[in-house]
Amino acid sequence: MTAATAAPPAVDTQSMTGSQVVLKALVEQGVEVIFGYPGGAVLPIYDAIFQQDKLRHILVRHEQAAVHAAEGYARSTGKVGCVLVTSGPGATNTVTGLTDALMDSVPIVCLTGQVPTHMIGNDAFQEADTVGITRPCTKHNYLVKDPEDLARSVHEAFHVARSGRPGPVVVDLPKDILMKPAPYQGKDAARRRTYQPARDPDPRRIEEAVELMTRAERPIFYVGGGVINAGPRACELLAELVRETGYPITLTLMGLGAYPASDKQFVGMLGMHGTYEANMAMHGADVMINIGARFDDRVTGRLDGFSPGSRKIHVDIDPSSINKNVAVDVPVIGDAEPTLEALLAAWRRRSNSLALGRTAAWWEQIADWQARKSLRFRQGTDSIKPQYAIQRLHQLTRDRDVYITTEVGQHQMWAAQHFPFDKPFHWMTSGGLGTMGYGFPAAMGVQVAHPEALVIDIAGESSWLMNMQEMSTCMQYRLPVKSFILNNSYMGMVRQWQDFFHGNRHAESYMDSLPDFVKLAEAFGAVGLRAEKPSEVDDLIKEMIKVKQPVIADIVVDRTENVYPMIPGGAAHNEIKLSPEDDGAHEAISEKGMVLV
Amino acid sequence: MPAKESKPSTPQALFSDAERTPEERHTIVVLVDNEPGVLARVIGLFSGRGYNIESLTVAEIDADKSQSRINIVTTGTPLVIEQIRNLLAKLVPVHSVLDLTVEGPHIERELALVKVVGGRENLVQALRIADFMHARLVDSTPESFVFEVTGTSGEVDAFIHLVEPIEVSRAGVVAIGRGESILRPRER
Ligand SMILES: Cc1ncc(C[n+]2csc(CCOP(=O)(O)OP(=O)(O)O)c2C)c(N)n1
Ligand SMILES: [Mg+2]
Repeated sequence: MTAATAAPPAVDTQSMTGSQVVLKALVEQGVEVIFGYPGGAVLPIYDAIFQQDKLRHILVRHEQAAVHAAEGYARSTGKVGCVLVTSGPGATNTVTGLTDALMDSVPIVCLTGQVPTHMIGNDAFQEADTVGITRPCTKHNYLVKDPEDLARSVHEAFHVARSGRPGPVVVDLPKDILMKPAPYQGKDAARRRTYQPARDPDPRRIEEAVELMTRAERPIFYVGGGVINAGPRACELLAELVRETGYPITLTLMGLGAYPASDKQFVGMLGMHGTYEANMAMHGADVMINIGARFDDRVTGRLDGFSPGSRKIHVDIDPSSINKNVAVDVPVIGDAEPTLEALLAAWRRRSNSLALGRTAAWWEQIADWQARKSLRFRQGTDSIKPQYAIQRLHQLTRDRDVYITTEVGQHQMWAAQHFPFDKPFHWMTSGGLGTMGYGFPAAMGVQVAHPEALVIDIAGESSWLMNMQEMSTCMQYRLPVKSFILNNSYMGMVRQWQDFFHGNRHAESYMDSLPDFVKLAEAFGAVGLRAEKPSEVDDLIKEMIKVKQPVIADIVVDRTENVYPMIPGGAAHNEIKLSPEDDGAHEAISEKGMVLV
Repeated sequence: MPAKESKPSTPQALFSDAERTPEERHTIVVLVDNEPGVLARVIGLFSGRGYNIESLTVAEIDADKSQSRINIVTTGTPLVIEQIRNLLAKLVPVHSVLDLTVEGPHIERELALVKVVGGRENLVQALRIADFMHARLVDSTPESFVFEVTGTSGEVDAFIHLVEPIEVSRAGVVAIGRGESILRPRER
């Protein structure tokens, strides 16, 4: 491949169609799998796929699922996920997935078919203004109107998707461009002069950051998905730095796995449903070291009550993430890997023998907070508590290579709280967009990337129904994805908010006429399992693991359970509610907070 | 190409007193690769986040028409202005972003075509004003004059205020830094 990139022979160039050029570029970019769905505008590419064997195509059942599958693939491998869909409805169906990938910084290249160039703008059959529609939900997009630009555009799309802060990129491909002869250029042929995201941090900022860190008495590491995106080495460096400082660390929903959950310095996830100790530590800290997190409103709560006494260090590869919601004292723009390397080196250059003594009181305070056991729940003998089912799932799968995805809702928060991760790349959830229907197709993408692994979608029944058609895909490609459905017959998270903030009026949050999930599994030719009592949970999980097929596990759980702790919208971290008995949990929300989602 | 967007609703506005942070007016220039959709990306960035555009001009500026320069006048709190600069710099076809208001001394000019219609007396009066405000008469009929006026936005405002025109067409602000420093396209 590399030889061909330098100067493609003229003969080769002449003989290739646009479709062949696209596929060759994908192969050169290291793509092995495409998730897609055909249609008129992309038939030339499908024809080219049919006549080669380097790329594997996974035929999904809905284009939204193709993007989520590519996200799962990308987030569990660190590679770029690749999608191929047709024009018009094929392209518009990807919009939710693209937005999801944009919000969670997932590298995706999505190829969309388009009507032939001479028909663009004519309201042709299955024409949509794909670059117009996807401009706000992609990191960048291209409409290729000249065969000369084709190879360069595809290569550039991959470069943009994976570099800097990763994100989705759309390449819109008119049918005539795919059919005409097109020249091939290798990936290094034409780099553009613009778009050169910085990787290395400014050394002066590193010194300032370490200066603050060494004097901290109540420090906290606040780490997000950016460190995972920076790669395994960044996560190792993080662990070294955290251990050498001896400081506590909290992770965001997106950051889970970046630091081992079993380590004693980990104080749990923070944010709206984070642990008491994590949120209180954020609130009381004097130095905050944010690495690769973006001060999301789910994390900060009310901004003027957010960690009021801390000096803040913020490391991010995206300059526009810095000083967006929260003004910081030491901004560090850079990739987490070289930045952590530099922080570690600067830390080691100083004598930090005093560190332990300085933070002893802080650790005592944290231990007090931990003693509140904010994630506690009581499992009785009647109905299954969703938290219990997740804990058992963790216990019974801990000696395996297990990947977890989730849908969106209460089950997602319980999974984040009760399924600890010691490694990065094993936890995939829709954080920024909160997309119900993400988890199942994402799990499918993970399973494609890791055929031997145990891949489980911890799901709510309502979310799962949103992309359940993918059962058919799982059957076709023998992807033994496990759907672990915590079935409470409610859009539980909606019901919880209705309980808290809307006088218990459950408007349209109850699901009547749910399918029989066991029979549903059987209808697809898969295996269905059900547990209704706590005593049945372990057997179900063991059976689910044993079966080498897709499984739908219907765990009938307590319908009334709510997620705690909770920081109500518009409240500050120290206004966290620990349980239903907690005074004013329902009234705590302010009028301003009510407008927040 | 001036475009007016609605008042910004910054995220802080929902939470705190940031809505009372005073807004500043900034002139930002952006050098971009001249490719389809680049203006839509720039405008979308403002409309999508509810930021203000007071004025926006764009034109090709090099011989082979491969680059355009965009001049934007915007208002916002300091945090919002910083966001705008960073978001602009992040766009793939953008070479460089310069906030002239921050960078220091610079020149801002605007051009307007101003039409006055009326009787002889009105027109003579307008001509007198044009004369001492250095506006040029570029079209005349017995009932109407069109003046071309250039200057700072304030000077253009003043002229329009005085001649009470019937129709105005303004080009929006173009700006350039003083002295020898220049805004360059990116090198490889
Ligand atoms: C596509 C989409 N539509 C609506 C919502 C709003 N929403 C958030 S959680 C939720 C309920 C989820 O119900 P379920 O999947 O059963 O999970 P549970 O909360 O019961 O665990 C809804 C409707 C959303 N996040 N995504
Ligand atoms: Mg539910």
